[in-house]
Amino acid sequence: MTASDDLFNALLQIADDQLILSHRVSEWTGHAPMLEEDLGLSNLALDLLGQARALYAYAGEVEGKGRTEDDLAFLRLEGEYLNCLLVERPNGDFAHTILRQLYFAAFMHPFWQWVAANSSDEILRGIAGKAEKEMAYHVRHCGEWVVRLGDGTDESAARMKAAVNGLHHYTDELFQGSPAITACAAQNTLPEPESLRAGWTATIGNIFAQALLEVPEVAYPQTGGRIGEHGEDMGHLLAELQYMQRAYPDMSW
Amino acid sequence: MGTTASTHSIDQARAWAAAAAVPDPEVPCVTVAELGILRDVTLENGVAIAHVTPTYSGCPAVLAIELAVKAALLDAGFDALINRVMSPAWTTDWITPEGREKLRAYGIAPPVKGSNSKMALFGETIINCPGCGSSDTQKISEFGSTPCKAHYTCKSCAEPFDYFKCI
Repeated sequence: MTASDDLFNALLQIADDQLILSHRVSEWTGHAPMLEEDLGLSNLALDLLGQARALYAYAGEVEGKGRTEDDLAFLRLEGEYLNCLLVERPNGDFAHTILRQLYFAAFMHPFWQWVAANSSDEILRGIAGKAEKEMAYHVRHCGEWVVRLGDGTDESAARMKAAVNGLHHYTDELFQGSPAITACAAQNTLPEPESLRAGWTATIGNIFAQALLEVPEVAYPQTGGRIGEHGEDMGHLLAELQYMQRAYPDMSW
Repeated sequence: MGTTASTHSIDQARAWAAAAAVPDPEVPCVTVAELGILRDVTLENGVAIAHVTPTYSGCPAVLAIELAVKAALLDAGFDALINRVMSPAWTTDWITPEGREKLRAYGIAPPVKGSNSKMALFGETIINCPGCGSSDTQKISEFGSTPCKAHYTCKSCAEPFDYFKCI
């Protein structure tokens, strides 16, 4: 592995997280519980898509084989995607969607803060400067919803609890490193994910306390996405995400 | 070579004026310069290079803005290139005082300067109604008609309005 191989693989992993979650959230467009939240969810998806594009474009440059952001986003096989399992989980109800977004944003916000402040890579610092602000907004928006629903009616509280029980065991994978990430951390390009765990735990603990939710003990964390081992839902997601490029290779709008 | 130098600065001023006059495609009451999206215009070997910083990563207007700026420079007689600058990241603090006043007159509440409430849950920042000026307003949604705006309503004059949110 050369340094550019490591950076390429690390960029793909981060970009895949943003793209797959963006696609999931965009499935709400036109279906959200109310118009304001329809706009809100679409905007969250758009932020993630913008970040994914910048990361794929940079990954393509680093790889140096002429692959574009579209090639990397649309023309890889399921086992080549390195996103964590959390982001590919189906939307479920609104409680599941907003909690999944909070879990992810509470990780990405300090991730981008670290990159913006410390990274030795100027391009990544540029992407992070913007993404950090966007993720702060995601944490706030989703955190407000989790508090509102968790400390809401019997029905909304029951749904938030079900979402916590359905998703919390996927969060451990956010902190799973990889040889590529560790190599980039050694170059001071990216943070070691494990170093962000304490901050994430504090953010989630604070919001859960206001939401009257308990942080569950997880005996068996679910992992696999980071090494390309995905759940059944991932194939269905990719079938829709990749359809146009598979049916009409190299098409453009 | 004083003549060359002053011709250069005149050309540069002309290139800046042409690019700076381009209206934002989604908020056409203000120009890309007033919004702080157009950072600079430089001349290199007769080519005008517009340095542009997008507001949001996924802002769909980025391409439209870049095309419009390039077209304005071509119209003014320059060969033109766009340089997308990601760092430092755009901030609402870059909106000029004229830009903020134009936003207000257009019915969009300008961003609160230097707000640090982005991480606070249920942030209590007070937004004044751009119509009647009342501070008795209510946030309807964190997100509005474009990525850069949130949706509010005024409880005094009952008018809904956009707030250009602070980042």
